[in-house]
Amino acid sequence: MILKAFLIRRLLQTLITLFVVTLISFTLCMVLPGDPSLAVVGHEGASEEMIQTVRKELGLDQPIVVQYFKWLSSLVSGDFGISIRTRVHVLTLFGQRLPLTLELLGLGILFALLVAIPMGILSALRPNTWVDTLGTVLSVSGVAMPQFFLGMLLILIFAIWLGWLPSSGYFSLTESLTGNLKGMILPAISLGSVVSAEIMRQLRSSMLEVLNEEFVQTARAKGVAEFMVIIKHALRNALIPVVTLLGMRIGRLIGGIVIIEVVFSLPGIGRLLMNAVLFNDFPVLQTGVLLVAFAVTFLNLLTDISYSFLDPRIRHT
Amino acid sequence: MLVLAFFAIVENLICPYDPLAVEFLPLDPPSLKNPFGTDNLGRDVFSRFVAGARISFVVGLTSVFFASLIGIVAGLMAAYFKRLQAIFMRVMDAIWAFPMLLLAMALAVSLQAGMVTVIVAISLVYTPLFARLVYGQALSLLEREFILAAQAFGCQPARLLFTHVLPNLAAPVIVQATLTVGTAIVLESSLSFLGVGIQPPTPSWGVMIQTGYKWLEQAPWISVLPGLGIYVTVVSFSVLGDWLRLVLDPKQLTRKV
Repeated sequence: MILKAFLIRRLLQTLITLFVVTLISFTLCMVLPGDPSLAVVGHEGASEEMIQTVRKELGLDQPIVVQYFKWLSSLVSGDFGISIRTRVHVLTLFGQRLPLTLELLGLGILFALLVAIPMGILSALRPNTWVDTLGTVLSVSGVAMPQFFLGMLLILIFAIWLGWLPSSGYFSLTESLTGNLKGMILPAISLGSVVSAEIMRQLRSSMLEVLNEEFVQTARAKGVAEFMVIIKHALRNALIPVVTLLGMRIGRLIGGIVIIEVVFSLPGIGRLLMNAVLFNDFPVLQTGVLLVAFAVTFLNLLTDISYSFLDPRIRHT
Repeated sequence: MLVLAFFAIVENLICPYDPLAVEFLPLDPPSLKNPFGTDNLGRDVFSRFVAGARISFVVGLTSVFFASLIGIVAGLMAAYFKRLQAIFMRVMDAIWAFPMLLLAMALAVSLQAGMVTVIVAISLVYTPLFARLVYGQALSLLEREFILAAQAFGCQPARLLFTHVLPNLAAPVIVQATLTVGTAIVLESSLSFLGVGIQPPTPSWGVMIQTGYKWLEQAPWISVLPGLGIYVTVVSFSVLGDWLRLVLDPKQLTRKV
């Protein structure tokens, strides 16, 4: 029963948060400078009459509150509007670019975990040795290095000086698998660096904590092989806070996608949003910001719920 | 960091040349005359680097100052006035749900691009960080005996919050603020790099990296040196923050995530 009450309360909270999210995204786009109707008809040679017609067409002549609720009701029915710049349905635009962005996100997380988990475990097993120092240097650098700067350095070293990987350009998975992967390596590393650094730090401290717990000592005393103690007993428990951390950082990763896609000229959702900002294409921006915030809110909810299953104490607080 | 802070303070004295003046051969590699080389227009990169240090420090420090100020007031109010709690937490959750860069980008474009806008955008984006921290700490402080005693003596809410509660949560706020200055500098440079932050020809580090990005192959020094500047500054602030944490609160050795 306690679990059920917790779930209901958390769901209600999420709904209210989502409502505030829609308010913020709507307000943000309302205060964007420039008249979107001008962007549609073009700045030169547009008669006042044409502008008024377009304003009416876009619903911009109505009071803001009416505009908000109209927008909200069309969202609920799945109508996200039409891009002002390209005159294409916003959802179609997002759909076309989603595979690339999801692939980048997935590879970024994969890279982050591939570096962070071994380094985190090794640093915790050999504290205050050179491995630990290396881990600390990597984790401090990962957080301090702006992602676009890391991306640029990687381009300079691996694309310009060594010529091993391309600096930009994109092949879809169906066009060329190797071309696709080659083009995605550097962006994925740049994207995953910050989260990797944070996970490494978190895993190190939670591993250190878990390794001192009694159940680990017991496992050792029972004669379980050291490798199994670390992987099966210690790591499984130490990973719980890592999962939470990853869930909380998804939002930051998505923010990073915008800048990474610009640096590597990848035609994904990040670039779409960047262009929407630059060209005042408010239906695209509004939808993008909203979908991202929705995704982040749901992931937070999922993280909370999964956490409450893993650690029942949370439910009672 | 001390060197960079020194650069930022005495910028006018040590800049060998005018950071905006076009007076050298373009794309000249580092030499004795131009220690960091020249950029695509023939401006001295070292002078621009020093001027950029000042901009980064000003933006980082002021935006974190305002973020913590608004955050402290909002967090204290929400912790004290129970009715505000639910609304407060939902609004903070909602702001937090937007990726920082995206939110700052949208804000920066909504207002006119420039330094003040960047400061406003970064302050707003980081406000929930401080508000939540203060809120959490204040909630537990408000249950403590010395606060209950002060209340029993008829202490007014404002006085209670600012003279009894606030001093007791100053330490974590100062630590968080120091750590956030670094990330605020990264956010500023990201916005400027994307072209929605500080506008060229003003020599912000982000602007310099963006300019140099086009000339990466011929003249890597234009963008690599300001990038290293950001890196060193952020590492310094994070080391300073960790040190402050130990000094101000030896009990709290592990960082809350």
